[in-house]
Amino acid sequence: MASVSATKGMPFQNIILTLQDYWADQGCVILQPYDMEMGAGTFHPATTLRALGPDSWNAAYVQPCRRPTDGRYGENPMRLQHYYQFQVILKPSPENMQELYLGSLEAIGLDKNLHDFRFVEDDWESPTLGAWGLGWEVWCDGMEVSQYTYFQQVGGIECKPVSGELTYGLERLAMFVQGVDNVYDLDFNGAGASYGDVYLENERQQSAYNFEHANTEKLFRDFKEAQEECAKLLAAELPLPAYEQCIRASHTFNLLDARGVISVTERQAYIGRVRDLAKGCCETYLKKIGGEE
Amino acid sequence: MADLLIELFSEEIPARMQTQAARDLSKLVTDGLKEAGLTFDEAPAFVTPRRLTLCVNGLPDKTPDISEERRGPRTDAPEKALEGFMRGAGVTRDQLEEREEKKGTFFFAKIEKPGRPTGDVVAEVLEATIRNFPWPKSQRWGSSSLKWVRPLRNILCILDGAAVDLTVDGFTANNKTFGHRFMAPEWFEVTDFADYEQKLLDHKVIVNADKRADAIAAGISSLTSEKGLEWVEDKGLLREVAGLVEWPVPLMGSFDPAFMAVPEEVLILTMKKDQKYFVTRNPETGDLAPYFITVANTETVDGGAMVRDGNERVLSARLADAKFFWDQDLKGRLDDNLAALDDIVFHIELGKVSDRVARMKSLARKLADFIPGCDATEAERAAELAKADLVSQMVYEFPEVQGVMGRYYAKAQGETDAVADAIRDHYAPAGPSDTCPTAPVSVAVALAEKLDTLVGFFGIDQKPTGSKDPYALRRAALAVIRLITENGIRLSLQDAVNAGIASFAAQSVAMKDTSQDFGLLAFFGDRLKVQQRDLGVRHDLIDAVFAKGDDDLVRILGRVDALGSFLGTDDGVNLLAGYKRAANILKIEEKKDGTEYGADVSAALLSQEEEITLFEALGAAETDALVALEQENFEASMTALSTLRAPIDAFFDKVTVNADDAVLRANRLALLAKIRAAVNTVADFGQIEG
Repeated sequence: MASVSATKGMPFQNIILTLQDYWADQGCVILQPYDMEMGAGTFHPATTLRALGPDSWNAAYVQPCRRPTDGRYGENPMRLQHYYQFQVILKPSPENMQELYLGSLEAIGLDKNLHDFRFVEDDWESPTLGAWGLGWEVWCDGMEVSQYTYFQQVGGIECKPVSGELTYGLERLAMFVQGVDNVYDLDFNGAGASYGDVYLENERQQSAYNFEHANTEKLFRDFKEAQEECAKLLAAELPLPAYEQCIRASHTFNLLDARGVISVTERQAYIGRVRDLAKGCCETYLKKIGGEE
Repeated sequence: MADLLIELFSEEIPARMQTQAARDLSKLVTDGLKEAGLTFDEAPAFVTPRRLTLCVNGLPDKTPDISEERRGPRTDAPEKALEGFMRGAGVTRDQLEEREEKKGTFFFAKIEKPGRPTGDVVAEVLEATIRNFPWPKSQRWGSSSLKWVRPLRNILCILDGAAVDLTVDGFTANNKTFGHRFMAPEWFEVTDFADYEQKLLDHKVIVNADKRADAIAAGISSLTSEKGLEWVEDKGLLREVAGLVEWPVPLMGSFDPAFMAVPEEVLILTMKKDQKYFVTRNPETGDLAPYFITVANTETVDGGAMVRDGNERVLSARLADAKFFWDQDLKGRLDDNLAALDDIVFHIELGKVSDRVARMKSLARKLADFIPGCDATEAERAAELAKADLVSQMVYEFPEVQGVMGRYYAKAQGETDAVADAIRDHYAPAGPSDTCPTAPVSVAVALAEKLDTLVGFFGIDQKPTGSKDPYALRRAALAVIRLITENGIRLSLQDAVNAGIASFAAQSVAMKDTSQDFGLLAFFGDRLKVQQRDLGVRHDLIDAVFAKGDDDLVRILGRVDALGSFLGTDDGVNLLAGYKRAANILKIEEKKDGTEYGADVSAALLSQEEEITLFEALGAAETDALVALEQENFEASMTALSTLRAPIDAFFDKVTVNADDAVLRANRLALLAKIRAAVNTVADFGQIEG
């Protein structure tokens, strides 16, 4: 890639563009981010719901993730309340999935002749989605650069066939590729803009909102409303809009958690409520697409 | 004779599962072969991150021929019965033989089963092995219905050089395998294990985990000695790292010595647990050195330069985090953390951690009185601060260093060494082999912590049952036993439990158990027996002493010890025999008479010399034994008993207990009862076996 300087590594946005090109070449549908706040790329219906049922499905997309409790007002070099994941889902998981994945790292400049890649056991579980899978965290020279998971269950339902899911933490990956220790120093576009120029102020203000200003009464109300709306939509057999309410409930819970207004005991109950919504959405979705439960 | 080679090639197997998987593969396959009647010389198994390999040497070409005879129906049985028999035995009418037996004439079928080719058996056994493999966790992948630890990619199975005819869920067994994922990924054919091992080596894979571990150890030794450093051979980490690589390449990296300001425990934890690095030390001072060894899985074209650089950066970022937490924590005082313990629930029924700390404080102060050299104020202070590091940033990030960090922070704010050490040590001992604290203040706080746990959970009826012990109460009880007995602490367990109960009562905690000790004393008794049994002490001796109802563990063990020595002598063996004889006669006669004989012997009724001597000896021995017991001189109490041996023997030799005269008989039975009572002052000899 001509625009990338050999010493500094690929700019942030070029990593995204390269991964998109790479996975498009592998036959993936390239989606744009889902237009709702969510804690992880897995929540995107293109992963959660499409992992269910018998049809094949290959997709890749960038998803902004919001984790209110991880906000540090822009003062921590690694932690952010808003960051990006690059998500790939391959269903059924192909036989050469590991090789495809390693090829994507090669594409962004991580040469197997120069680096040490390792697949280290890391099983994945999402209590809020009622989902689990087995896989690894992938290390490059001792640094975790991706999560790699074979979905076994989503919404409490067995995945048949099994989807393979790849999640690249884009900021960490870029920091590694560029050799940068502070996320705000990342070269964003190779033309003078840094990650800090784009997002530092956002981190400051959103941290203040998450920790100090979010109206908890309204949030509790939002949670309840999302819960009720989701149930109503499920009764009407509209799992896609119902699932959006589930995403909303999940993010609202995360905000309440960041405000410190949910006790340890209540926490489990809230997670259980979101899981019930997710399960309902998954079951109704499967019924709707004609797959068997 | 044929050799079998199996390789199950898959995506990366978790390191922690590899050793057991190799064992399971060997067991499942060889059990199956044996069941089919096949013999073999040896069956070594091997494992790498991507392959499970088994080699079975010296197999015969086929299973043994079997011939058996089966008896069918009588010759006059209905035709249907005969047909059924022939179908079952797989024979025709002309192969049957008629033979006369006692109960009539029967058909007999001779069934000849020729041996089966070994390859057929191997195919069946391997398929069953793959389908039933006991992975701790397994998964499906793609559209396959097979389950394996991670996706299975190839099955190699060759017998006597040729692939075995086997297809499992789309995989056809072959004679191929693959080299190192990055350095030699191509496939190649193999003929037997020797060929397999050599070709893998040529393709940058060491198939034997022990050889990989040896190579890693040798590599580390040479890297460290070049730098004038040393490393402590860490067997667990060595095995784990050997399970993460097929071609180990140890590389040395360094970190900024400024990070050495962070406590060594944290540095080691970060390097070892998070990054799987080996730590190095300065051989002269024994201090940690700012160098580490990482083991790469590949030889890179730049000789590992970028790999080293990347690992150094990752470690540096992690250590910077740790240093940040350390600096942050040091800005405050441990006392500042105490308020935050109010926000952490210890247990919904037992209150907050702050409540627990308050109870531990009062308990530690009370316990200090029983611990020689323990300053009660220090014990109370250490208990107060014991849990304060739980809300420090460092322990929040690295829970494993709880207590350890508390000690550092206590020292930093000028607490005494005794207090600081007690904060670190109060979680110990964590099991039978963990170091048991000996410093008085540490012992007081460690005891207080465990007693609070035990009294609390027993009080709310959360006692361990069967294999369920979610609050590790058995471990806590063992810790109490070890703290008390190994430090020779003299106290009544009941009093200690009462003190615990009182501290809960002071906080008005609702307890469900209404018994005096919540059943804890019996629980301690059981745990003591288990612990002593593991140390090789006879459980019947513990029972014999326990029956005396003591609750001073040091005294109990002293008594058990003296009893054990005594029973090892001639006197002891004979006294036990005499006691048993007396007790047996009493039991029989008491049953016959429907009464229980007391030791109220009438001296006037004693007529024979032997019974008079015994009576006097009993009186003296009982008094001496009691005095000795009072002084806790258990040896002397045994010696007192040993004086009874001769009189008891003589009594049974010369005196008839069941005399014709009923009064005389009753008096002699009372004398036997006196033997029983005198001996039982020391221990309940009735519980002793043999």
